[in-house]
Amino acid sequence: MRESLRVSELTHAYGNRTVLDRVSFSVEEGEFFIVIGPNGSGKTTLVKAVSGALKPKGGGVEILGRSLGDYSHRALSRIVALVPQTVPADIPFTVEEVVLMGRSPHLGLLELEKRTDQEIALQAMQFTRVEHLARRRLDELSQGERQRVLIARAVCQQPRIILLDEPTASLDLAHQLLIMDLMEDLRHGERVSVVMVSHDLNLACLYADRLLLMKGGQVMSVGTPDEVVEFHMLEKTYGCVLLVDRNPLKDVPRVTLVPKRLTRVL
Amino acid sequence: MEAETTADHPRPLMRRIMGVSLVMALLLAVAAFLGLAAGSSGFAVGQVAAILWDQGGVDPIMADIIWRLSLPRVLLASLVGAALSLGGLVFQALLRNPLAEPYILGISGGAAVGAIAGILLGFARFPGVSLLAFAGSMATLLLVLVISSTGKAMRKDGLILAGVMVNAFCSSVIMFLVSVTQDSRLYNILFWLMGDLSMADAGQTFILGWAMIPCFAGIMVLARPMNLLLMGEEMAANMGVNVQAVSVTLLVVTSFMVSAAVCHSGLLGFVGLVMPHLLRLGFGPDHRLLVPASLLGGGAYLILCDLLARSLPTQGEMPVGVITAMIGAPLFIFLLQRSRR
Repeated sequence: MRESLRVSELTHAYGNRTVLDRVSFSVEEGEFFIVIGPNGSGKTTLVKAVSGALKPKGGGVEILGRSLGDYSHRALSRIVALVPQTVPADIPFTVEEVVLMGRSPHLGLLELEKRTDQEIALQAMQFTRVEHLARRRLDELSQGERQRVLIARAVCQQPRIILLDEPTASLDLAHQLLIMDLMEDLRHGERVSVVMVSHDLNLACLYADRLLLMKGGQVMSVGTPDEVVEFHMLEKTYGCVLLVDRNPLKDVPRVTLVPKRLTRVL
Repeated sequence: MEAETTADHPRPLMRRIMGVSLVMALLLAVAAFLGLAAGSSGFAVGQVAAILWDQGGVDPIMADIIWRLSLPRVLLASLVGAALSLGGLVFQALLRNPLAEPYILGISGGAAVGAIAGILLGFARFPGVSLLAFAGSMATLLLVLVISSTGKAMRKDGLILAGVMVNAFCSSVIMFLVSVTQDSRLYNILFWLMGDLSMADAGQTFILGWAMIPCFAGIMVLARPMNLLLMGEEMAANMGVNVQAVSVTLLVVTSFMVSAAVCHSGLLGFVGLVMPHLLRLGFGPDHRLLVPASLLGGGAYLILCDLLARSLPTQGEMPVGVITAMIGAPLFIFLLQRSRR
């Protein structure tokens, strides 16, 4: 298996507050890698550092065996695509125009999109099932439709690594599932490495090859769902009582939140 | 009818750009011709056409007036209109604010103060006065950005409010300087505060034209990055845009362009609002279309405003800024209402 992403001893701070503390891990080609952890654990900062949006104070990121610093903006954007947590609310473009923007890294400065670019954009829209929305403006769409358009844009970029920062937050169940399944297809079909930040431990266990559990900018644990999602580790990381048993659907851990009133049942 | 033909086969962008540019170029040509034909001296259209196409049998005095007086004025109007419209387009995209415009942001005012200071110090128009005007516009731009940025996000209303205040301050400085010095080189207060194109001079206008061309070209090249910036900085960066470099380049080039225009025209308000918004309504938000269209359309717009100012019956001449403000200010109020919703 070829390694597509290697993060070593990555460290960053906003002022005095350390948000990433010697974070190290690596992701292989076609791997589904999910980053979990409580709020403020440094997950979003990690995504920013890997996408090149943020220059870390220390440590390094290697993309396809080359240091991140060696890539130009454009060269990096042909390999890493990002689906950010938030986008401006007032984007005036249509769905088609937004998805087609994903071709920008592949075009010269004055080059216009060619027929092939339009075909790639169409395929990306079909893949995330938004082709029927092509002529609609992005700001008219529902949350779930918007998210699918932004994923289509990232797919249109034809990256080797796709980064998603909480793509399923604030989506209904069907949309959560759809987006996870799309990522599953993408990594099997195109051998794209999927690196996703998520809060949903159960979905993470069902889809991920490996998990990275973070707290306070540090790596608590990294490994398969069985290795990471373990009662003591979760209790220590999240500071609340959780029930961990087996998922009847697939032999992976299953996590249940335990309300205070029910803790005595345990 | 266009929607039907484009539903399955999107019309290639290149053809759309060419089509839109051609239409706007025609509009500019018509406006320029009317600008040459009409005006205070009231020429007949046929005679002007004969002069322009150099057919014999025309009155040499009339030909002289057209070539020496009308042409520089029309040329100046088109250059200033293009610069201010393009300036509005760039600021609206970069600051994500539909109300942004060189005059409202106070950048024109800063440039005028710089230009007047340069004239009073006895500098040559080029490069001394122009450089001071450029410095003035950059200084006000930075001032407005600093005032309105509250830590992280730039608030929309804050930006406009800061701009309007800086603009008011610059206007009072202009009035003060012109009043206390009574320097004949300064023309008059009305020229600076209301904008006026009647001082057009062929030589100066040509220099202005040469200075504008690289600015226009630079903004044209950055049209796609401008689109991507509308997606938010994070996503623009992820699509290969060097956000900082592109933003700084656009701000500097635009300020330079606006300050050069202001040196020749005084303060023309709201020109940067009208064309960009009209064109967005007609052609959508893609800057690869909007940049050439604003360039050509902005030129046509100011020529027509100047034409209107010249043809209305007045005591003496009406400054063109009266017309641009009368059209632009209501539009500003309309856009303000809409952006609050």
